[in-house]
Amino acid sequence: MGALLEVRNLRTHFFSRAGVVRAVDDVSFSLGRGEILGLVGESGCGKSVSSLSIMRLVDRPGRIVAGEILFEERDLLQLAKEEMRRLRGSRLAMIFQEPTSSMNPVFTTGSQIAEAILVHERVSRKAARERVLRLMQLVGIPDPERRFRQFPHQFSGGMLQRMMVAMALACNPSVLIADEPVTALDVTIQAQILDLIKELRDRTGASILLITHDMGVVAETCDRVAVMYLGKIVETAALEPLFEAPRHPYTVGLFASIPRLEETVEWLQPIPGTVPSPLDLPAGCRFRNRCPHALPICAEAEPPTLEVAPGHRVACFLYEAGGRA
Amino acid sequence: MARYIGKRVLISVPILLLVVTLVFLAFQLIPGDPARMYVGVDASQEAVERVRHDLGLDQPVLVQYVNYMTRLARGDLGKSIYTRRPVTLELAPRFWNTFQLSLAAIIFATIVGVVLGTLATVKHGTGWDHLLTVLSLFGISMPVFWLGLLLTYLFSVQWHLLPSAGNESWRHFLMPTFCLSAFSLAFITRMTRSALLEVMAQDYVRTALAKGVREAVVVGWHALRNAMLPVVTVVGLRFGYMLGGAVVTEEVFAWPGLGRLLVTAVGQRDIPLVQGALLLFGASFVLVNLLVDLLYGVLDPRIRHR
Amino acid sequence: MKLLRRLPRIVWAFARDYKLGAVGGALVLLFLAVALLAPQLAPYDPDTISLRESLAGPSPRHLLGQDNQGRDLLSRIIFGARMSLYISMSAIGMGALFGVVLGMLAAYYRRLDMPIMRLMDVVLAFPGIIVALTTIAILGRSVNNVVIAIGIYHIPQFARLVHGLTLSIKETIFVEGAVASGESDCSILTRYILPNCLAPIIVQTSLLIPGAIMTAATLSFLGLGVPPPTAEWGSMLQNSLQWAQMAPHVMIMPGLALMLAVFGFNVLGDELRDAMDPRLKKR
Repeated sequence: MGALLEVRNLRTHFFSRAGVVRAVDDVSFSLGRGEILGLVGESGCGKSVSSLSIMRLVDRPGRIVAGEILFEERDLLQLAKEEMRRLRGSRLAMIFQEPTSSMNPVFTTGSQIAEAILVHERVSRKAARERVLRLMQLVGIPDPERRFRQFPHQFSGGMLQRMMVAMALACNPSVLIADEPVTALDVTIQAQILDLIKELRDRTGASILLITHDMGVVAETCDRVAVMYLGKIVETAALEPLFEAPRHPYTVGLFASIPRLEETVEWLQPIPGTVPSPLDLPAGCRFRNRCPHALPICAEAEPPTLEVAPGHRVACFLYEAGGRA
Repeated sequence: MARYIGKRVLISVPILLLVVTLVFLAFQLIPGDPARMYVGVDASQEAVERVRHDLGLDQPVLVQYVNYMTRLARGDLGKSIYTRRPVTLELAPRFWNTFQLSLAAIIFATIVGVVLGTLATVKHGTGWDHLLTVLSLFGISMPVFWLGLLLTYLFSVQWHLLPSAGNESWRHFLMPTFCLSAFSLAFITRMTRSALLEVMAQDYVRTALAKGVREAVVVGWHALRNAMLPVVTVVGLRFGYMLGGAVVTEEVFAWPGLGRLLVTAVGQRDIPLVQGALLLFGASFVLVNLLVDLLYGVLDPRIRHR
Repeated sequence: MKLLRRLPRIVWAFARDYKLGAVGGALVLLFLAVALLAPQLAPYDPDTISLRESLAGPSPRHLLGQDNQGRDLLSRIIFGARMSLYISMSAIGMGALFGVVLGMLAAYYRRLDMPIMRLMDVVLAFPGIIVALTTIAILGRSVNNVVIAIGIYHIPQFARLVHGLTLSIKETIFVEGAVASGESDCSILTRYILPNCLAPIIVQTSLLIPGAIMTAATLSFLGLGVPPPTAEWGSMLQNSLQWAQMAPHVMIMPGLALMLAVFGFNVLGDELRDAMDPRLKKR
């Protein structure tokens, strides 16, 4: 197996008055040991919901309706609530997009990080505090003793995100899920946080699932990439093959629409059309209405996932009959 | 923190002064002759004039105001027309009775209200939640005096379980406390529920769950601690209101409190007593507001550091 | 005017999604109908005394029984609704009139802001019942004085609301433009600021009605409200105090009517607020 975390055929749907939103619809990917996997896509494509599903933190009206999530030999979706709770924060950790609202405003930041330890391990408060101070040094917080006693509103966004990283790593998790960790930060701080994440992966050997919509971030940090569109994974590949030779028309369109430093173009090439409403999905391939290479079969059936090269998978009819189009 | 306290105290002072002034002005407007009311309808004109002079009512308004303020500063609120005793002596024990009743009622209302509100949040969207919502709507619609009458009818008249009037024993406390707390209980339940629901939708609640904190702890500690901020304000306001608004409960249960005194005094047109009672109400409300502000500063670190 | 045509559908959608609100709405409509049609609906004149039938219980001729002076309870309750409607509407109307004007002026003219709003704060420092009591103490007991007493308490509520709204509307571009083109203050206030305050004012009014009804009844219960023998729920309850042991219906019926009326308004107001809140979506 080799993979530390394996998501198989995950389906998470939202049931509202207006209809059913199939936010995650038959999604499969795997995360290897010490690997940074990027989960990319536009807003609303289901990447955040996928990560919340792994943590089983999906709230009403959403529900995981099918699939398996294999972690350390067990299917997370079959675990009892209490067993899952014990894994959260200790073996599986998560950090979120908005650091300023992700910490409780009425408690000191230090105590909140310490809580991550105290919830899972039988240690004294003093010992927990020591560990927190060391973690804070690890993530690059100056003057940790003073900062420990301060409240979230006294930190800048970047500092607070570092504290969130410290909190996530408190119990040495094997998997860290980072949901748009740098989107809300200044560009210069972004680079710092991304470097921090990479450094921690090197040090602790944790595997990281990095969710983002920014290809630049992906290029900086990821080993492998999975591209999502409207609840489905359309392409999975290692970093270089994806960037050098993207196969799925959506991925191609994504790259084409990003301005590049090396080239000068007259017009940027956006992907034509708009994202369809999740309540009113087209039959067959969900991308076909915007795809320049749509075939008649695309309207009739959902495309299968095909391996076009070792480790490079695409969900597209263009690559059927075992080869490149 | 000290600066915050200082600022709040400073704002309260002018409001207090305004309250005092307003009470004074209001009573300049009363039709009829206060001096005559003091001595009685059939007293001689000289007696009336003498009393008028004694009470300083023949002076221009501004002079009267100054006299009023200086007497107030000394703690002199005048004498009751009816009993001839100093107003302060009349007010003190009554105020204490009202205070006891209000305190008991607000403690009961807060504890039960917060518990029910939390329950409604946890069971959000289910039958329990709807039931609690309807019940709390009933609670705020329930006329206090009707509730009092019903309770008295059941517990005193029919079943002879509880006394219906006075405040001698602990048993006397039960019905009036429940009656007085009804509205606040319902109100606090609703406030807790809505505040807690809003807090539960916040990012930091999701973070706490992602850390592996138990759900009960997330709701009861992480979330509730934040939801308490608006709830505390409501509790304080309700307590302040209760001090004055216990009027009806006191009437129904013949509770010898400040509200009941005020009603009697108004009926008897005992001006000094009414004035004194109003001043006491106004002052206590301002004080309670100040305490709530200070408590808020303690609970919310963001306020302290501004 | 387009709104009027769509009204039936809006009401139907509301009643379907917010069943509790529908119940509240029904109660409010019942209250309004009873109050407005009182002379037609009441089987007897509410003030006709018939001492022989004192404290009679419910009977086919007197559906809810009779009070200690033999007056038909049902008729008195019906007319009591009328009185409650009159008092609450007039009081809130008065409060709204003065409150809105004061709030707008305070927010528009900087120099008036402090004195007016501090005055409002002071009135708000007292519970409504105390303010009403004091006013009755000064003015004496009569129906119209009750209206004034309750109205005074509502002035700061509207003043605060409109004050906040005016402050924010004042900063908008159209007001700036109007000032720049030399429009008179009066014109600006009535053409731009007032219309934008109307919706919140109406919402506020609907939320204050139950409280006003309750305060009026409370005043009468304390013997400081509507003078006898006029039928009013509060005074009926005060009257029933002496006879509760022998004839509980005299106490139960008016109280029930009061509670249902207030409940209806509270529920309706609550559900309307939920329905109009863009953040809350019914599952």
